[in-house]
Amino acid sequence: MAQKKLNWQEFFIPRLIKASGYSAILFVALIFFFLLREGLPALTEVKLGDLFAVRWYPIESHFGILPLITGSLIVTLGAMLIAIPFGIGTAVFMSEIAPRWLREILKPLVELLGGLPSVVLGFLGILVLSPYLRVFLDLPTGLTALAGALLLGGIAVPTIVSIAEDALDAVPYSYREGAWAMGATRWQTIWRVTLPAARSGVLTAIMLGVGRTIGETMAVMMVTGNAPVLAIALTSLFHPVRTMTATIAAEMGEVANGSVHYHVLFFIGLVLFLISLVVNVTASSVVFKSKKRAERVLS
Amino acid sequence: MVDKIVIENLNLQYADGTESLRDISLNIPANAISVLFGPAGGGKSSLLRCLNRLNDLTEVQTVAGRILLDGEDILDPQTDVIALRRKVGMVFARPVVLPLTIRGNLTYGLELAGEKRKSRLDEAAERGLKLAALWDEVRDRLDDPAIALSGGQQQRLCLARVLANQPEVILMDEPTSGLDPISTGKVEAALQELKKDYTILLVPHSVQQAARTADFAAFFLQGELVEAAEGKELFTHPKQKRTEDYVEGRFG
Ligand SMILES: Nc1ncnc2c1ncn2[C@@H]1O[C@H](COP(=O)(O)OP(=O)(O)OP(=O)(O)O)[C@@H](O)[C@H]1O
Ligand SMILES: [Mg+2]
Repeated sequence: MAQKKLNWQEFFIPRLIKASGYSAILFVALIFFFLLREGLPALTEVKLGDLFAVRWYPIESHFGILPLITGSLIVTLGAMLIAIPFGIGTAVFMSEIAPRWLREILKPLVELLGGLPSVVLGFLGILVLSPYLRVFLDLPTGLTALAGALLLGGIAVPTIVSIAEDALDAVPYSYREGAWAMGATRWQTIWRVTLPAARSGVLTAIMLGVGRTIGETMAVMMVTGNAPVLAIALTSLFHPVRTMTATIAAEMGEVANGSVHYHVLFFIGLVLFLISLVVNVTASSVVFKSKKRAERVLS
Repeated sequence: MVDKIVIENLNLQYADGTESLRDISLNIPANAISVLFGPAGGGKSSLLRCLNRLNDLTEVQTVAGRILLDGEDILDPQTDVIALRRKVGMVFARPVVLPLTIRGNLTYGLELAGEKRKSRLDEAAERGLKLAALWDEVRDRLDDPAIALSGGQQQRLCLARVLANQPEVILMDEPTSGLDPISTGKVEAALQELKKDYTILLVPHSVQQAARTADFAAFFLQGELVEAAEGKELFTHPKQKRTEDYVEGRFG
């Protein structure tokens, strides 16, 4: 009897696990397929030259998505410029410099920050950050790409800190001792031994940070001003921009199902999907390469 | 015999209250192999880590007493710890090979010190490898990753790396504990050569190794220095009963 029950479990549980594993792939494939089905018609309905143009004004059938792509890129790049040094700096501080008690306070705090809903942060952005920027930089409006970059940077920092800190923490203590015993200063040890040894984890942290920023919608929509203008100059940082995510979120609700506008919005979704795919694939191939090296080191 | 290191009334207590060294006074002769041995937890590693101030970075509550290296107290807060660690090199029980090439591992210490001239770096690498009896085995593949070396070669690489730094004192904490007898023999043979120019402190991984290598030996038991004497003397005619018991394998 017991034997039978065991067999039954042996039969079902692995299959269940397998099924849930495969379903993840299936879902991604389905999403991709759906995006293709709804988005690709845009290519036949709008001329390619008009699609990759600089004017986004759907009411008059101007469907140029370049301002939206550049808007997303400038905000994301700005956010990463802020979040990467700050996030890794904080992670290094927490794992290598801070005394243990401080670290035990900081770690849960960072994780708490990471869990804050972005709407809340968007509120802070509107009420505190952008008025301050407007006054401080003497701009006509504080709702700019810069506000979006600052806010998104802030949103990405906890992700980066938490994962990078775990990676640094996993570097064997003997590496550090080895470097100290060679006469390395504390800083040299961090820069030339600990960080390189934790490289793959640190890269993962950065990539997840990028992912978080490029996909973020709510907070960006609230603080960037949402003006679809081409953002390719450095000064664009101080003007309102509109990102791809914000456009989809704002317009999808009021668009006629199956219209050109509808298809173009899905096409934007497709572009976003491809961007995050590229980011992820690059990240995992880099991480995979350096992981193989790290494994050889530790074996 | 000239004393390179003079330890006077050294006490060490870790932050959790463990008293791992109690009132140690010991003279370490220059140009000889001094062996610190005894059962686990005796304080051998703790003592070595005082000599290059590596304990600064662990949670130590008190270090009292004096350690004179060439007459200067290295426990003095004014001591330049980085310079001290170049002068007093250390080889650990498990080889710490950095994720670099063989050459990169060897020149690492000098590069940290700011040496950029390639000729100097290459020279130091070759000297270190020759002294550690590894040159013939790796001369053709200096640019391979160091991690591809065998365990025994890695440990000699660590020794070579310390030597490339041109230290005066070499601390070795159970350097052969993970090695086969042949690799162990090579390391020991290298030490016999090296003692002509360096002061060597060795924590052996067995009493046999202690007896084989010691010019001078000190027996540690639970944070106390029981007995210290010339190697032959201590292993053939120990004065203390506890030393005799341990050397003859009656406990520990
Ligand atoms: N970082 C530390 N914090 C607290 N106590 C420590 C620390 N390092 C060592 N000790 C304690 O100090 C005592 C001496 O340890 P030490 O490592 O010096 O012994 P040892 O003679 O090297 O032993 P072994 O032969 O096992 O290596 C032990 O009781 C140990 O538990
Ligand atoms: Mg020890």
